[in-house]
Amino acid sequence: MEFVKDHDPYPDLRVNIGSLELQNPVMTASGTFGYAREFEDLVNLHRLGGIIVKGISLEPRAGNPPQRIVETPCGMLNAIGLQNVGVERFIAEKMLYLKGIGVPVIVNVLGDTVEEYRQLTQRLRGVEGIAALEVNISCPNVKKGGVAFGTVPSMAATVTEAVKKAADVPVMVKLSPNVADIVEMARAVEAGGADSISLVNTLIGMAIDLQRRRPVLANVLGGLSGPAIKPVALRMVYQAAGAVKIPVIGIGGIENTEDALEFILAGATAVQIGTANFINPRVSEEVVEGIGDYVKANQLKSIRDLIGALEV
Amino acid sequence: MSQHQEKARIIRFEQLSELNIRITLEAPLIAASAEAGQFVMMKTGNGQDPLLRRPFSLHQTSSSGQIQIYFKNVGRGTNILAHAKVGEFLDVFGPLGRGFSIADDRPACLVGGGLGIAPMLFLAKIISSLSRDHSQDLIILGGRTREDVEPLVEDFKQFGLALHCATDDGSYGIRGFVTDVLRSEKLAGNTSIYGCGPDNMLEVLHHFSTEKNLHCQVSVESVMACGMGACLGCNLESSDGSYVHVCIDGPVFNTGDLAWNS
Repeated sequence: MEFVKDHDPYPDLRVNIGSLELQNPVMTASGTFGYAREFEDLVNLHRLGGIIVKGISLEPRAGNPPQRIVETPCGMLNAIGLQNVGVERFIAEKMLYLKGIGVPVIVNVLGDTVEEYRQLTQRLRGVEGIAALEVNISCPNVKKGGVAFGTVPSMAATVTEAVKKAADVPVMVKLSPNVADIVEMARAVEAGGADSISLVNTLIGMAIDLQRRRPVLANVLGGLSGPAIKPVALRMVYQAAGAVKIPVIGIGGIENTEDALEFILAGATAVQIGTANFINPRVSEEVVEGIGDYVKANQLKSIRDLIGALEV
Repeated sequence: MSQHQEKARIIRFEQLSELNIRITLEAPLIAASAEAGQFVMMKTGNGQDPLLRRPFSLHQTSSSGQIQIYFKNVGRGTNILAHAKVGEFLDVFGPLGRGFSIADDRPACLVGGGLGIAPMLFLAKIISSLSRDHSQDLIILGGRTREDVEPLVEDFKQFGLALHCATDDGSYGIRGFVTDVLRSEKLAGNTSIYGCGPDNMLEVLHHFSTEKNLHCQVSVESVMACGMGACLGCNLESSDGSYVHVCIDGPVFNTGDLAWNS
């Protein structure tokens, strides 16, 4: 009996973020997917490319008072205030479940000083199941008058260096879009030793309650996310990918396969899905499937053929 | 507790008054596992605006796989739902949150104000089906005007529990608030109060039950994006100063566990 060798029915969706290999380019963004367990009833977690967990700090944080979120046209503003259980409880309670899922777990880290970032990274060294760190540099630098690390290239580079020096896993740095020149920021963290960059974090915005003549959010300002920011994010990913040699991960308003593919064409090696998880908990898995269908339908050898393949 | 995402077909649309609407949907997985006081997250349209799902408390479920929601057409999301048609499908996700914890052996006093009447129908059904004496059970419904109360009265009457109504303008039942009715009633000393309604009403329930040393649970409302503990957008201050989240710690809380600041 002779077997006819059909072409591989499983499309090749593997991508490499430096030394980290993902089975597909679809990850869940920090702060939109809890510690993954919240989604276990609804999503086949093992099918995701990676899971980026809610930002962790050295000490637990209570976060901001209510009201923390508000819907805006095609988007939402949030000012959660980095509420998290702190690194000790994270390691003791959350990692056990996360490491059993079988996909790379990327831990988002945050701090108020460079020293806090360093200590936090040090604490995460050797913790089993952590595939990489993502550095949230959109936090205010307490020692520098509260200016966000992510808005001053030299400060962003300093944090990157500190984390990179202390880390035993690859370091991804998450860029803020609230800057005049995203290329300068991307180059600064690359020079600081980042293994990859992810962008964009939320765009700072606000909403006003006209009746009460007050800001809607207790924090006054909040971060805008959702489809409303996609064109801005896409532009920044395109510019950043053209300026650095390290892999770029696209984030910002992705809610379906087409959005994800656009970011990949613009130069993203992988993507993160954020706000869309709130609306359709299954969206990330659906996008994995959708990208697979696209690769097959277009007879690509691999999704990697599409990275940065935009013709201008 | 398992959650389900269902494409639920609208099988009944009831315009109960100018703005108050009730929709019945086929959602067998949710109906089979829901408890009184739990809620669902529902996408009101297919587009990106409005972007987020809306939380709705479960008004009623049936053993034949149906769920009901009851709402007022007051915002962009509810306005889209107000134009939904029988036969259309809505994306529903639930059941979510912690419902009422029912004290089987204690007399129950159910207090629903305005849209807070919604979860009380589900609860009344459960309470009335308990095999115990119901002579001390009581339902109090209130609203601004007749429109907010009258269309639902028949549904509550079917359970055979004592029923009192109040409206702000006196157009139906007594003129006044549900809490005025509550104060005028003689409640058994071990009565459990279950409430849902505007914040000021819930706060009065809290003070009343504290004063009378009665157990009191209330279902609270909040803006929320996900409904499942991921966005952390629906926090409330608890009595010890820490934050709780309406979607996973609630929406039903013992009033003594929350901070009442106003």
